Amino acid sequence: MNVQKSANAPIKGAVNSDLRHDSAIKHVTGRAEYCDDIAEPIGTLHAYLGLSTKAHALLRDVDLSAVRAAPGVVGVLTADDIPGVNDVSPTGRNDEPIFATEKVEFWGQPMFAVVAETRDAARRAAKLAQITYEDLPHALDPEAAQEAGMGYVTPPLTLKRGEAESAMSKAAHRIKGKLRVGGQDHMYLEGHIAFAIPGEDDDVIVHSSTQHPSEAQHMVAHVLSVPSNAVTINVRRMGGGFGGKETQMNLFCSVAAVAAKKWNRGVKIRPDRDDDMSATGKRHDFVIDYEVGFDDDGVIEAVTGDFAARCGFSSDLSGPVTDRALFHADNAYYYPNVLLNSHPMKTNTVSNTAFRGFGGPQGVIAAERIMEEIAYHRRLDSLEVRKRNFYGDNGRDVTPYHQTVEDNIAPRICQELEDSADYRARRQAILEWNAKGGTIRKGIALTPVKFGISFTATWYNQAGALLHIYSDGSVHLNHGGTEMGQGLNTKIAQIVADELQVDFDMIKITKTTTEKVPNTSATAASSGSDLNGMAARDAARQIKERLVAFAAEHWKTDADAVRFLPNAVQVGDEIMSSRDFIKQAYMARVHLSAAGFYKTPKIHWDRETGQGRPFYYYAYGAACSEVSVDTLTGEYRVERTDILHDVGKSLNPILDVGQVEGAFIQGMGWLTTEELWWDAQGQLRTHAPSTYKIPLASDRPRIFNTNLATWSENKEHTMKRSKAVGEPPFMLGISVFEALSHAVASIADYRECPRLDAPATPERVLMAVERLKG
Amino acid sequence: MTTRSEIRFVLNNRDVTLDTVSASDTLLDFLRIDRRLTGTKEGCAEGDCGACTVLVGRLQNGVLRYEPVNACIRLTASLDACHVVSVEYLSGPNGKLHPVQQAMVDHHGSQCGFCTPGFVMSLYALWMGNPEPSETEIETALQGNLCRCTGYEPIIKAAKAVTAHGSPADDALTLERAAMTAKLAQLRDGKRVEVSSGGSRCILPASVDDLAEVLLETPDATIIAGATDVGLWVTKFLRDISPVVFLSHLDELRQLDVTEDEIKIGAGVSYTDSRTAMSDDYPHLAAFWDRIAGWQIRSMGSIGGNIANGSPIGDTPPVLIALGASITLRKGGVRRTIPIEDFFIDYGKQDISKGEFLESISVPRPAKDTIHAAYKISKRRDEDISSVCAAFNVTVEGGTITAARIAFGGMAATPKRAAHAEAALVGAAWSEAALIAAAQRLGDDFSPLSDWRASSDYRLQVSKNLFRKFWLDQQSDTATNRLSA
Ligand SMILES: Cc1cc2nc3c(=O)[nH]c(=O)nc-3n(C[C@H](O)[C@H](O)[C@H](O)COP(=O)(O)OP(=O)(O)OC[C@H]3O[C@@H](n4cnc5c(N)ncnc54)[C@H](O)[C@@H]3O)c2cc1C
Ligand code: FES
Ligand code: FES
Repeated sequence: MNVQKSANAPIKGAVNSDLRHDSAIKHVTGRAEYCDDIAEPIGTLHAYLGLSTKAHALLRDVDLSAVRAAPGVVGVLTADDIPGVNDVSPTGRNDEPIFATEKVEFWGQPMFAVVAETRDAARRAAKLAQITYEDLPHALDPEAAQEAGMGYVTPPLTLKRGEAESAMSKAAHRIKGKLRVGGQDHMYLEGHIAFAIPGEDDDVIVHSSTQHPSEAQHMVAHVLSVPSNAVTINVRRMGGGFGGKETQMNLFCSVAAVAAKKWNRGVKIRPDRDDDMSATGKRHDFVIDYEVGFDDDGVIEAVTGDFAARCGFSSDLSGPVTDRALFHADNAYYYPNVLLNSHPMKTNTVSNTAFRGFGGPQGVIAAERIMEEIAYHRRLDSLEVRKRNFYGDNGRDVTPYHQTVEDNIAPRICQELEDSADYRARRQAILEWNAKGGTIRKGIALTPVKFGISFTATWYNQAGALLHIYSDGSVHLNHGGTEMGQGLNTKIAQIVADELQVDFDMIKITKTTTEKVPNTSATAASSGSDLNGMAARDAARQIKERLVAFAAEHWKTDADAVRFLPNAVQVGDEIMSSRDFIKQAYMARVHLSAAGFYKTPKIHWDRETGQGRPFYYYAYGAACSEVSVDTLTGEYRVERTDILHDVGKSLNPILDVGQVEGAFIQGMGWLTTEELWWDAQGQLRTHAPSTYKIPLASDRPRIFNTNLATWSENKEHTMKRSKAVGEPPFMLGISVFEALSHAVASIADYRECPRLDAPATPERVLMAVERLKG
Repeated sequence: MTTRSEIRFVLNNRDVTLDTVSASDTLLDFLRIDRRLTGTKEGCAEGDCGACTVLVGRLQNGVLRYEPVNACIRLTASLDACHVVSVEYLSGPNGKLHPVQQAMVDHHGSQCGFCTPGFVMSLYALWMGNPEPSETEIETALQGNLCRCTGYEPIIKAAKAVTAHGSPADDALTLERAAMTAKLAQLRDGKRVEVSSGGSRCILPASVDDLAEVLLETPDATIIAGATDVGLWVTKFLRDISPVVFLSHLDELRQLDVTEDEIKIGAGVSYTDSRTAMSDDYPHLAAFWDRIAGWQIRSMGSIGGNIANGSPIGDTPPVLIALGASITLRKGGVRRTIPIEDFFIDYGKQDISKGEFLESISVPRPAKDTIHAAYKISKRRDEDISSVCAAFNVTVEGGTITAARIAFGGMAATPKRAAHAEAALVGAAWSEAALIAAAQRLGDDFSPLSDWRASSDYRLQVSKNLFRKFWLDQQSDTATNRLSA
């Protein structure tokens, strides 16, 4: 191999280039290994949860004798069998038992687990429990909870700037309204699963599909009453997570681990989809009461909002989720005077949790409703109202939480999209079409998103990585992030390849394991590559420094004369292949392993005062959607969507486009066909894909154009000036919701905001049409 | 009658013989647990996500056909004399990716990858039969596959690109077709098959006459056609369905005869196989058929099962009632034919006795001067269960409505005709006003339930509106009144 020649060609798989997912071939051949595919050791047992069939009741008698006696059953676990603490509350509030003891607080709450020789046997046995309940009154949604005085699961937050009350009373126009926004099931294709293998002493290894291995590790240690160093959590990949596997896997990991230690056999737990959806948390539903004061031009003077959330029976992540709803209640708009309150309501439903956007989308949709209200009131194009209220300069740049918006590109994004999507002409054509008075009405909307990037729990903004270079030049990397389809490992391998100037395929990233990188944060808040990429680069740089020092000494030159070329290293005039260079470094006893670390700079947040800089930077985007609505049935089609999204300088454009498209469709699903429906007894009846309808291929916009704002660069010093991509584009789906509203509004000649609630199922759309028909 | 007491089929390139099979054993568990072929995934265990999609090839009238099916609800015993193809079979022994796989890789069709094997299998089935599919054909083929990550765009692009990577003519299943046909023919030895495991019994009768006999012998048996309903009794309700008697393997029950007067559909005919005959006569049914379930379910599920299941929300009963179809039931050697609407007595109660089975369905050929429409209203357009299903069959002679058969699903405890609305139409002029007036009578015909699919108010409102829609759809300019396909 001609070293000279290779040193002139760029490395394969550098940053900023399109590179396919590193597991793509394994995905399509079925060889990618998920937790349930791991070969089971002889004697592996299977656990299954016994779930409550009451929304709120005292447990008068729990008779598990028939469960124990069922064929294949090895034993049963209840709270009494837990060696440590019967709690998996992620925030230490001690409000989330693994197994309910005196009472159950939602339909589907785990009360026990049965362990059997096969999963089928365990599942059948779980149904045999004889439970005597004493019913207690239940409240299922935030409004019922407020009426029943259920209280908060976690302290509420207030954001305040200016004098909302007095500004509101002085405003030329005021509108008060209510918006109900439904929750959302994650519907990751791979459900919850954990597989524990006992070891010597206190040790246990748990293979799982969790987004947060470190937390699972700490929980399992807690539950087993052993130090964290006895517990290893491994995650090769997830079949989707979307936030649903951030805290919710703690319970499954714990049950598997307790059983594995108790019987000293491998134990796997995998609920059926119906039980997965009944027993694990979802996106929070919100009821939002808003008021806005504005002038004749539709420019906002004051906004107040009360955000009541269905948190479920325990706090889980509801604190930060409802906080984030408030952080995003401004979306891209400046509110001169503002007062926002969260109401994290306790309800007798499953404890809601993280889901892509983490409360942000529920805040953003409130802001967009306010824009709509103003537009219909002032008879303006809603895009015009949006533009008039964008953050700007001259004091119009401070958020309700007192962070200054320094990187505002929403106006440029929206303007470019307005032009490229031909928004004005199409809107005009739609108005003309609707004026014909047919039963098919059309609507169009262009909505922006501004999304704050960082964990609002500041200490989460840290990451670690462990990098080894072997003497043959191949590189092995572990980092704290987990792979759930987003292509995190691909991006991080690109970063390391770039730093070390070796081909991408020299780098192997293996499963995430708590043994390699400790105290990691959840792979969440879109932060995966921001944080872990930096940590990986830090590790690579440490080794490079050692290599440079070695080369300078060995070849007796200046450190400046050592250059890392593509797959080669130049020392003075001499060029050698990376492989040879590494070999020499090894022979010279250079330490070729390093642990990298990163923490996000600049951020701080004081929840008590509601002030600070919780976000390192913002990611932006906009979508323009056009819909057709059948006003006789409420059915609709998304005719066209154009997206322009900001990922800064993309690390991998093709993967980022994939994230944007996927997030958009998921956001659209949240607001259209995905409906969570509880019956009066509190049972979730949409608990499987047969009843819970996520978008299909045929629900995609008929025309779908997705572009990245290639000119954008992060103002902050992120990895190669990139921006996070996981969550922000989810909110682009709001454009579909607003377009549906626009089509419906045509029924009353746009005089009235249709006040569509979400999800806008065909039923809600038709009922809004009938309402406007009067 | 000699019986055979083992199930024999081909899995990829291996012969499988099973002598212990229970009624509730599924193909998915067989693949994943027994054979550790873990490429096929479980996402829902109810036929709705497609992660478990495999191909099943079987002989029908001597011709080998491969169709995508949901392994999660495909009962193992029903695979006798079939060829099961799982994702592991696709890439050649040298590891070369199959054209479908290569296209998916090139177009970034996977993110988390969990849905991917299922998509690969559906696209494989599509490409084999239709190497240059239109976007609509791709979407229709993928109605039974959910992806939560990609938003589908890259998968559609991949689907369009498969043929660029290879032709079905060079595909393994094509090349081994003759040999496989011979092999499956040989496996089908014309014997009754009986297998069991732990007391749970499965019977595959040798012929329709044998089926009649088996049912007389075991009148409490669960009859299974495509198992797209029964499969869920097993995977979701953990019901003991033994003994079971399968019928979909019987060619005799999969015949479809179009005579001068009727379309005669054997009880085992699948949705897929009945589509052409039905839509040739009744063009409005083409789009309607495509909205029943997804491709996998349409390949498995039978019209007979849709009727016999007796559900108030099955999609074909309202249509068949409106068309004036009749069904033939058989017990032993005795047959009786009844109008299909008389079959549905009440919720969970049909006019069928123990030991009796549904043998065929007769649909009259189109009558003169009739106007037809069928509507399915559901939360999601495709692969969803109807909130309301409505079928119209109105005879208009000289501008006057002389007969009306209008049937609804989702509006009552059974699929049911809207008697009051029909009566209001007969004798009226064929006009928008007459339809709107008739719609007002629906409140006398139905008081629908509220559930997770729809509220009572919506069901009634949309049903009324469908009368107007029916009118508008007959007008020459439908552009402002009909959603794009
Ligand atoms: C994912 C999914 C989507 C679906 N979508 C739809 C949809 O959109 N519209 C819709 O209408 N249905 C839908 N279904 C339901 C199902 O596909 C139909 O009811 C199907 O037609 C049943 O046919 P089968 O052959 O699978 O019946 P099976 O499941 O085999 O049997 C159903 C019932 O009929 C009985 N039976 C079957 N054949 C006979 C016979 N010849 N004589 C007497 N009894 C018999 C069985 O004993 C059983 O009680 C869906 C199902 C699934 C799983
Ligand atoms: S596992 Fe979902 S369709 Fe079979
Ligand atoms: S790639 Fe994750 S579900 Fe399709």
